[in-house]
Amino acid sequence: MADALLSFKNLKIEATAYPPGERPRHVVLVDGVTVSVQKGKVLGLIGESGAGKSTIGLSAMAFGRGGVRLTGGEIVLNGRDIRTADAGALRSLRGRDVTYVAQSAAASFNPAKKLMEQVIETSVSHGVMTKAEAEARAVSLFRQLSLPNPETIGERYPHQVSGGQLQRVMTAMALCPKPDLVIFDEPTTALDVTTQIDVLAAIKRAIHETGVAALYITHDLAVVAQVADDILVLRHGKMVEYSSTDQIINAPREPYTQALVSVRSIDHAEKAPAPPVLSVQNVTARYKGTSFDVLKNVNVDVAPGQTLAIVGESGSGKSTLARAITGLLPPSAGRIQFAGRTLSADLSGRSKDDLRELQMIYQMADVAMNPRQTVGTIIGRPLEFYFGLTGEAKRLRIQELLDQIEMGAGFADRYPAELSGGQKQRVCIARALAAKPKLIICDEVTSALDPLVADGILKLLLDLQAHENVAYLFITHDLATVRAIADKIAVMFKGQVVRYGQKTDVLSPPFDDYTDLLLSSVPEMELGWLEKVIQTRKMESAGN
Amino acid sequence: MHPVLKLVVQRIALGLLLLLAVSAVIFLGVEALPGDTAQAILGQSATPVALENLRAEMGLDRPPLERYLSWLGGVLTGDLGTALSNKADIAQSISTRLGNTLFLAAAAAVIAVPLAILLGLVAARYVGGWPDKLISGVTLTTISLPEFVAAYFVIFLLTQVFPIFQPVSMVLPGMGFWGKLQAIALPVIVLVMVVLAHMMRMTRAAILNVMQSAYVETAELKGLSPMQVVWRHALPNAVAPVVSVVMLNLAYLVVGVVVVEVVFSYNALGKYLVDHVTKRDLPVVQAVGLIFAAVYIFLNVAADIIAIVANPRLRHPK
Amino acid sequence: MRIPLSALLGLVLTGGFLFIAVFAQFIAPYPIDSTVGGVWDSPSATHWLGTDTIGRDILSRLIYGAQITIFVALASSILSFSLGSFLGFLAAVRGGLVDQVLSRIVDLVMAVPSLIVALVMLSVLPLNLTVLILVIGVLDSTRVFRLSRAVAVDISVMDYIEAARLRGEKQSWIIFREILPNALSPLVAEFGLRFIFAVLFISTLSFLGLGIQPPLTDWGGMVGENKGGLVYGKSAALVPAAAIALLAISVNLVADWILSRTSSLKGGRGG
Repeated sequence: MADALLSFKNLKIEATAYPPGERPRHVVLVDGVTVSVQKGKVLGLIGESGAGKSTIGLSAMAFGRGGVRLTGGEIVLNGRDIRTADAGALRSLRGRDVTYVAQSAAASFNPAKKLMEQVIETSVSHGVMTKAEAEARAVSLFRQLSLPNPETIGERYPHQVSGGQLQRVMTAMALCPKPDLVIFDEPTTALDVTTQIDVLAAIKRAIHETGVAALYITHDLAVVAQVADDILVLRHGKMVEYSSTDQIINAPREPYTQALVSVRSIDHAEKAPAPPVLSVQNVTARYKGTSFDVLKNVNVDVAPGQTLAIVGESGSGKSTLARAITGLLPPSAGRIQFAGRTLSADLSGRSKDDLRELQMIYQMADVAMNPRQTVGTIIGRPLEFYFGLTGEAKRLRIQELLDQIEMGAGFADRYPAELSGGQKQRVCIARALAAKPKLIICDEVTSALDPLVADGILKLLLDLQAHENVAYLFITHDLATVRAIADKIAVMFKGQVVRYGQKTDVLSPPFDDYTDLLLSSVPEMELGWLEKVIQTRKMESAGN
Repeated sequence: MHPVLKLVVQRIALGLLLLLAVSAVIFLGVEALPGDTAQAILGQSATPVALENLRAEMGLDRPPLERYLSWLGGVLTGDLGTALSNKADIAQSISTRLGNTLFLAAAAAVIAVPLAILLGLVAARYVGGWPDKLISGVTLTTISLPEFVAAYFVIFLLTQVFPIFQPVSMVLPGMGFWGKLQAIALPVIVLVMVVLAHMMRMTRAAILNVMQSAYVETAELKGLSPMQVVWRHALPNAVAPVVSVVMLNLAYLVVGVVVVEVVFSYNALGKYLVDHVTKRDLPVVQAVGLIFAAVYIFLNVAADIIAIVANPRLRHPK
Repeated sequence: MRIPLSALLGLVLTGGFLFIAVFAQFIAPYPIDSTVGGVWDSPSATHWLGTDTIGRDILSRLIYGAQITIFVALASSILSFSLGSFLGFLAAVRGGLVDQVLSRIVDLVMAVPSLIVALVMLSVLPLNLTVLILVIGVLDSTRVFRLSRAVAVDISVMDYIEAARLRGEKQSWIIFREILPNALSPLVAEFGLRFIFAVLFISTLSFLGLGIQPPLTDWGGMVGENKGGLVYGKSAALVPAAAIALLAISVNLVADWILSRTSSLKGGRGG
């Protein structure tokens, strides 16, 4: 492609890893990647964690984090191989020709300097424009990115603006020196789902209006489908598929891409209403020493063998509800009925059966398992504790549980650190199952996982529910997950349940404003979805 | 009130409260220990009658709280009482020696602070390289040495192997400033050694912490020159932790001074303290102990205040 | 597991010092307190390290001194460690008032350098081994308290602790089976640092004449006895000084290695 702005040819990137207490290890991060970005076009890089997408992005600026080295291939920008550029040439390339927008703008801004000073810094120091011109351009970019008070926001310090705004200020900072190429490294991943859409729309508009080329890195195919012209799918540092966005979304060729596209499309038929196993009645709760109710008069229930999904953004009170049900945060009013009895509000007042029949699975499987215990010990403890199983009986039951989570008996002697993210979460599920519970509270159990792995966990949970007749209280911010697994849904907003009922009812119009906002914020694998949503939504996100 | 001012006032008040509590511990805590001053003076073989008389004479028969309050009142008005051993006025004995101690500590600080920051910067700049390893290795060794051990190695080296200095440090009233400086060269070298290692290691850690932050990476990705990165982005954020580290380690000089003064027979506050511990002269020990505690607490409070004032989140509240 | 050379050296030397301390009576060529030569004799075949200020064999005194130094340091670091870590864990697990009271007391003790507090205490207390061990152990337990409390607090916010609580486990299970195994390596390294601190502390006190009293001796005391010789070029004081430094460095090398294997909190030596 002759008019390529940036092209990678047979790129190879390696690094040396220093695991504590072990010999340094040589790892290949990226191998054999050949791809190019045309002037004014957006290339999406997509892959799971460890796919090498950020590494490729930074290599476009000839930058490697901590011991990362470009060891092979060519990186040609504007007709020049930047691998051979000297330090001076690299400095004039970085921040002028190519700029960068990081995942966490909050950490990437200097906390001691005003935003304006940082936004115009490269434009002035690279001599692209005068200070006054740069400031004028910054303000117009702020306006373009729909930031509030565009004239004065530059006078603020980074900690004085919200995360969603800061991400847009960083985009303005990247666009200010009129670069040829901007690298967006997961710019919306750390944001709440409703905020993400606004930032994404702002970024897309800014890219469009300034005519800049971009490399857009993300793990979310639905997101990149909204902004990219072409998409490169990466896995383990190698190319899987490279094609136009339309082709990737609508007619993927590789099995891996097909799996990515069809992710979150698990179909789950809603079960009919039934008498509840858990019933939360008029529960109100606040944290000690505060004067603010984090839960306000919450009423929900869930039937045996069914799933109630609690949906909401951070700060909605959904995890607090779990703490109230488990007895970690005794409610100040209301009561919790479980398996036909009223649960003591406080954990210490609950019987062993109360505890056994109500199990919990956490978001971060990493910290939910004691790193000094083997998988066998972790799963075996509830067997021993609740059922007094020991020796051979315990061993057999552990094996049975490992089979149920589709992991072999060989895993019993492994430590959590030796498992992959998905395996860790499976072990946590087995630990919960070991107690033969009537209800499992699942707190964002798939949100730390890569999409395909998350899908596997959801399928497993559905299978187990069918076999064990266990109920789930499924806490999540992700509506796609909810569609996949729920029978009933409660939407939470600022400590209250704003919408509650059977899945099909909750997900059918007419919607209240907040549910509409939430539903419309879940990116869909569909071209042009973003524009449609921005036009039709009723309410702006709180992060604005 | 501005949040920074509020925090600073809070911190100062806390420091004063702490000092008050420390004074109570120094005075009343000692009461709770077995053995008392009268016993200490007269020895184990003293008759009960003699003990009783001495206690009455020294006012030890009054309730402890009453004696504490009158002692505290005295301290606040500059009256530290009289020494048991030679009936000298403690305040007066201290005032002549305090100057000498401060002179020694100040000279050590003036050398150690810039040197520690410089070495910390070099180590952080070449992190993992040989200058870093060398500096870290040497400082790890000096951290392992107690002050007096370091002192005798220095003395042996600089008075015997290379006879450059006199082994005794006498600061006499008639001496000029330069003469005084020469006289304290050896103790200053030892103090610098002792305090340098910690200060340098903590400075290195503070600078590395800033250099590895995401905003310094952002600055590098902006194509700024290394000088600009350090000057505009790293330094403004590194100053506060480094200054705070320096203050904390200056507090460490308090201990170093005591031992080093004894080693060099340097007539100042630390030696005065140790001499009177040996003589079991409690009033002197309490008075000097309180002064050292006050200096230590003051430096710690100062370190905290610098950290508060330098924090942009506090200076520019939402 | 790969042991770096520095740690190996530290382990060997530390082991050597311990061996000498335990078997001092069998190794030392001369008694601890008899004059067997001239004043500050140079090293010779009969007195490998020479003689001291009143003609005693330095090597023998060094070997006996190792016993006292290491005994006092070990006893006080065991005291500081068990007291500090017990109270630290207690404060972390119980929280609330227990935590508040313990933490404020520790703040108060740490508001003044340990040496100054020790000097004030020793101006009243009788000077004997028990008192010295108690003073050093109690003062230093404050640092162990802070570290173990911080480590335990870090661990007790982990979800696996919450999972254990929700399972209904007793407090003792949570402390001994869930928290302790994860706190062990930073605490083991900390024990090394506390031991060094105790060696330096007792040596300093003895050097100041406020520690081990004659006829017993330790290395700090030996430096104090022989310091006068330096002016005449007699380096007897440097031998025990070097022993202190070598022991401290050896233990430090081991502790540093353990710490580097765990990416956890460091406890400083402090004042």
